[in-house]
Amino acid sequence: MTTTEMMTLKTEPFVLNFGPVHPSTHGVYRMRATLDGEVILDIEPVVGYLHRGIEKLAEERTYSGFIPLTDRLDYISPMSNNLGYCLAVEKLAGIKVPERAEYLRVIMAELQRLANHCIAIGSFLNDTGAYYTPFMYAFREREKIIDLFDMVCGQRLTYNYMRIGGVSQDIPDEFLPALKKIVEGMSRWIDEYDFLLMQNEILLARTKGVGVLPRETAINCGISGPVARGSGVNWDLRKADPYSIYDRFEFDIPLGETGDCYDRYRVRVEEMRQSLRIIKQAMNDIPAGPVRADVPHLVRPPAGEAYAHIEAPKGELGYYLVSDNSIAPYRCHIRPTSLINLTALREMVKGWKVADLIAIFGSIDITMGEVDR
Amino acid sequence: MAIVDFIVQNQLPMQVVPPDWPGGYWWHWLFFTVVLIGFVLIMVMGVIYVERRGLGRMQSRLGPNRTGPFGLLQAVADAVKVLLKENIVPDKADKLVHWLAPVVAFVPVLMIFAVVPFQNGALLADLNIGILYVVAISSVATVGVFMAGWGSSNKYSLLGAMRNVAAVVSYEMPLVLAVLGVVLVAGSLSMNQIVLAQDIPYILFQPLGFLIFFAAGCAEINRSPFDLMEADQELVAGFHIEYSGMKFAMFYLVEYAEAIAIAAIITTLFLGGWRGPILPPWLWFIVKVIIVFFVMVWTRATFPRVRIDQLMALAWKFLFPLALINLFVTAIQVLVWPDALPWIVIIINFAIMGILILLWSKFFKLGWGRLEV
Repeated sequence: MTTTEMMTLKTEPFVLNFGPVHPSTHGVYRMRATLDGEVILDIEPVVGYLHRGIEKLAEERTYSGFIPLTDRLDYISPMSNNLGYCLAVEKLAGIKVPERAEYLRVIMAELQRLANHCIAIGSFLNDTGAYYTPFMYAFREREKIIDLFDMVCGQRLTYNYMRIGGVSQDIPDEFLPALKKIVEGMSRWIDEYDFLLMQNEILLARTKGVGVLPRETAINCGISGPVARGSGVNWDLRKADPYSIYDRFEFDIPLGETGDCYDRYRVRVEEMRQSLRIIKQAMNDIPAGPVRADVPHLVRPPAGEAYAHIEAPKGELGYYLVSDNSIAPYRCHIRPTSLINLTALREMVKGWKVADLIAIFGSIDITMGEVDR
Repeated sequence: MAIVDFIVQNQLPMQVVPPDWPGGYWWHWLFFTVVLIGFVLIMVMGVIYVERRGLGRMQSRLGPNRTGPFGLLQAVADAVKVLLKENIVPDKADKLVHWLAPVVAFVPVLMIFAVVPFQNGALLADLNIGILYVVAISSVATVGVFMAGWGSSNKYSLLGAMRNVAAVVSYEMPLVLAVLGVVLVAGSLSMNQIVLAQDIPYILFQPLGFLIFFAAGCAEINRSPFDLMEADQELVAGFHIEYSGMKFAMFYLVEYAEAIAIAAIITTLFLGGWRGPILPPWLWFIVKVIIVFFVMVWTRATFPRVRIDQLMALAWKFLFPLALINLFVTAIQVLVWPDALPWIVIIINFAIMGILILLWSKFFKLGWGRLEV
């Protein structure tokens, strides 16, 4: 035995369960982590604690009766879920949506992106150990957006606002002035937040170069949304495959360079700014008119299948519907953003410390409601 | 004012009982024991209130405001709650160690206060090696923490305890070196003599020493941003995860009593202790302690948490060399130029502090990054 071997401390890996009940797993997610002291050798994700069989439930409900259930998928951003599902049904049944409704949908979807990124950034910073301050600040801003949603649909969490062929009701008169005020305040808030956090030495040390997701891995795993764009993959469905009326708006797609936690975080902040740009344009151009196409309560799409995907705040959210010309879908499959983005977690955390595991996990921004469906 | 000056000028110790009282020594002992325990318990309640309300204000929320006027009785209500709670000991715990740990952690913290002067001479024991005693005693609490982590037979608590031991062992060095600077300037190890020597608070003579002591002190007592021994995002609660009821309350008490102890030592060493105009000395002391504690609360609300390797790197690569240089510079100043004008020394020391911190941050990088596994 050489001296170095004698000097080296013999260590033994051990298994530690993170979750299903753990403050930082954003719900009931479980990671079986194999640790060597503080270093993570391997993790094994365990999902399914929140499985509610939502895809199967779709077969038991009418097309419009399934919309409230989509709220429960990614409960952080229900508007986007509504939108994706309605687009799929409209594609299947060939329904044309009125102009005003399209604008309202875009405004709601972008507001939802703002609200979602508020939570994403807040909880990510919370995961890096900032004791709830950014979290509370972000929630304060989200609250204002929630108030807007409350104004249009009377709900604060599960909006159920979109309908097949439009939206459930027109906005009240006081909505647009309130929106304008919030959009202005929001951009100020984002600048302030940026200023407070961009140069924070500890935050930089904790996030720069940590949890790098290489570009190739991101593409191979099918990662989408801010996580992919943080790795420099220029893939945003609003540009790549424009749906609704996104081709009419001017906005940029922020891209990261290295694909570390810091880049993902930056991409989200920039996306919030771009969302504000889209909202401002939509706010000015919004035409008058009906907000809902003349669609019967029981939609009976012709037999066939359709897949519609949107750029949800967390990434590509897809709905695949098969119709047998009855009032309920024959089969509904959801392409969950969070679950697919989670697949790269193992590659990202290997070799990092326990604290990084939580930070990297937080930087992916998942919702368990969507992972398990 | 006049009384304070009189006491200071004549170096009068505060006598509780006349020195010729029969058994006066024991009266003194009894009186101060009661006072100290009462002081610690009441101050803990006070600082918990300061922390929770202060954090609340900083995080744009209210904080506890229901129990009593302005929520002042929240700490009392919490104390009653934990007293009445069931004491749960894990099946596989090492019962004796698990039971003893809170006591072992609490007693040394209480003992620190024995040498902290509340006014001139008003202390349990004016040891001529006062500050050395503090340094020696304060690390003993770590044994209690490690006993808790080990005795619970829980991997989370063991990880937390290991982190604590590593941190305390590393941060003891810069802490002691920073204290030595003060001792050199004051020319005494007795806490009371150090206060009496401070016609100008030593924070001005020893700015670098103060910063090092503050950072290292925060790390020793698990205050943010070095609170990774009980990092609730990673380790849920760290070493006290398996404690409930009164034993948990003991750890809670230790945590805040340690914070008060460090604040009291900082006050004594750097902020002129009980000295100050107009207000009675003991009130000055308490005000200064609360101000120092408030800075800790402020830090907690502001910064994310560092990682364990960054914590160690900060101690050994940043604070330790700076503390050595600080000691060296102070020694030269005291030896070569003992009767220099104070303001010249102050300017020189502030300049040295600025240059050193800038230089060191240039070529010091936090963290080592990923290990290949």
